Amino acid sequence: MKTFRLITIAFMAAGLLCLGASPILADFTKDGSFKKDKQIELDFGIPVDESWARELSNYSVYEKPDPDIRTPVEAAQLDPQRLRVTLTFKEALNQAAQYVVEVKDVTSGGKPIGSGRFLVKKSRASVMMGIILGAMLINNFVFTKYLGLCIFFGVSQKRETAIGMGITFTIVMVLSAFFCWALYQHVLTTLRLDFLKIIVFIGTTAIFVQAVDTVLRKVNPYLFKRLGVYLVLIVTNCIILAVPLINADSGYNAAESVSEGIGAGVGFAIALFLMACVRERLEVCRVPPTFAGLPIAFIVAGLFALAFLGFSGLVVF
Amino acid sequence: MSRYPDLIWRGLIPENPIFRLALSMCPAVAVTVNVQNGVMLGLAVVFVQVMSSCTVAIFRGFIHPRIRIPAYVLIIALWVSVVDMVLPVINPAIYEQVKLFVKLIVVFAIIISRLELFASKEPLIPSFFDGLGMGLGFLLGLCLIGAIRELSGTGQLLGFDILGFKPLLVMILPAGGFFVIGFIMAAFNYIEYKLTGKIPTSGGGH
Repeated sequence: MKTFRLITIAFMAAGLLCLGASPILADFTKDGSFKKDKQIELDFGIPVDESWARELSNYSVYEKPDPDIRTPVEAAQLDPQRLRVTLTFKEALNQAAQYVVEVKDVTSGGKPIGSGRFLVKKSRASVMMGIILGAMLINNFVFTKYLGLCIFFGVSQKRETAIGMGITFTIVMVLSAFFCWALYQHVLTTLRLDFLKIIVFIGTTAIFVQAVDTVLRKVNPYLFKRLGVYLVLIVTNCIILAVPLINADSGYNAAESVSEGIGAGVGFAIALFLMACVRERLEVCRVPPTFAGLPIAFIVAGLFALAFLGFSGLVVF
Repeated sequence: MSRYPDLIWRGLIPENPIFRLALSMCPAVAVTVNVQNGVMLGLAVVFVQVMSSCTVAIFRGFIHPRIRIPAYVLIIALWVSVVDMVLPVINPAIYEQVKLFVKLIVVFAIIISRLELFASKEPLIPSFFDGLGMGLGFLLGLCLIGAIRELSGTGQLLGFDILGFKPLLVMILPAGGFFVIGFIMAAFNYIEYKLTGKIPTSGGGH
């Protein structure tokens, strides 16, 4: 019963996200979407003429922020129902960006029906999934960006503490990613104080760790006892400061910032868990005495980093 | 009177922040794909460490012990902001590569641990030398790792071609940084073992 409810909620969430994806701009322009990495599909509300669709000068395509830089169209193809045009481009499109396709003097059955605009962008859900997977696996914060190593080596000695730390860290990370985003976009940039972002972010993070500490102490003393020490350690984790800085630098919106936070948190938890598993086994291995302790841990981390390189070829959506 | 050189020496080798204390490992692995990056970040750390050590030493009478950690973090964040504004003017190309880590100096464990352990108890001048020693030790560590990785990964040193071929490409990949640090730490342990006859316990890793 519980799984069924979860699935329903997931579908509703996906539906809501899709609703917000691409607004219809004129009545005969229905929908535009990316197809392969070099193609855009345009759906029309009424059948259009093939002679019009073949003419490449009828389309002008550009990335939304700069209308002056046109993306040249190489070929245009109309499907047999005359409702869908597939545009092919010379170069691969930047799928993270929004494209505007302007169509002029559209004709249907020989009669002109006016000009229109398509807005082509990826749906918000797939952008978010891309960011989450990117931060979690492809650019794992520990193994490819080398952040948070202090805690990574300090806490990965036992599996149990590694799991606790991973979960606590993810929660704090998501919360502080969101609040740092809100502060940066709505307070710092509005007041032109963005040079203060380092001070503000570290302060916000510290406040959050303290807040979670205080709340957990009263609400769930059992969990607090299990995690107590690690909560405070989170402040000294580089990832917790790096994620808001990366969000601010790449100009992410709220949903993207939270996704980056989730990805970073889960990625860190995965790394911590894997490492803890190996280090528990290392305890009973015969390691050369000069390598015992941290040096061998570093070499294991290096092997993990090599393995994580395999994710770099992963194409996300 | 030999205290000040001694303080610097201590930071360089016996208590080297990277290889002995195992503090602030993140930047040590991340920016050291070549020597220039290491030098740039190392100098930034020297500056922040010296300036915040001095600041804390001067104001140590005013900072209430109960709020000392937030106070230290704010002092460090202040000097990091200064560095972050000055560096892009000095060398924009290298700054572009170490950008993120210059900002992250705020959370480097080595800086705050020196403030807590040394500068909050000692007067200005010893704090200055302690900060200088620790900063230089960090710089030395970054340069050493950077040199090994650049030479073995790209066959170059400081951008000049030395070997003429690329012996071990893996060294400039993410994994290489972990390997190099692991081996250097083991080498430090081995030297200590040869000198004193006992295996030292390495730092807590924090």
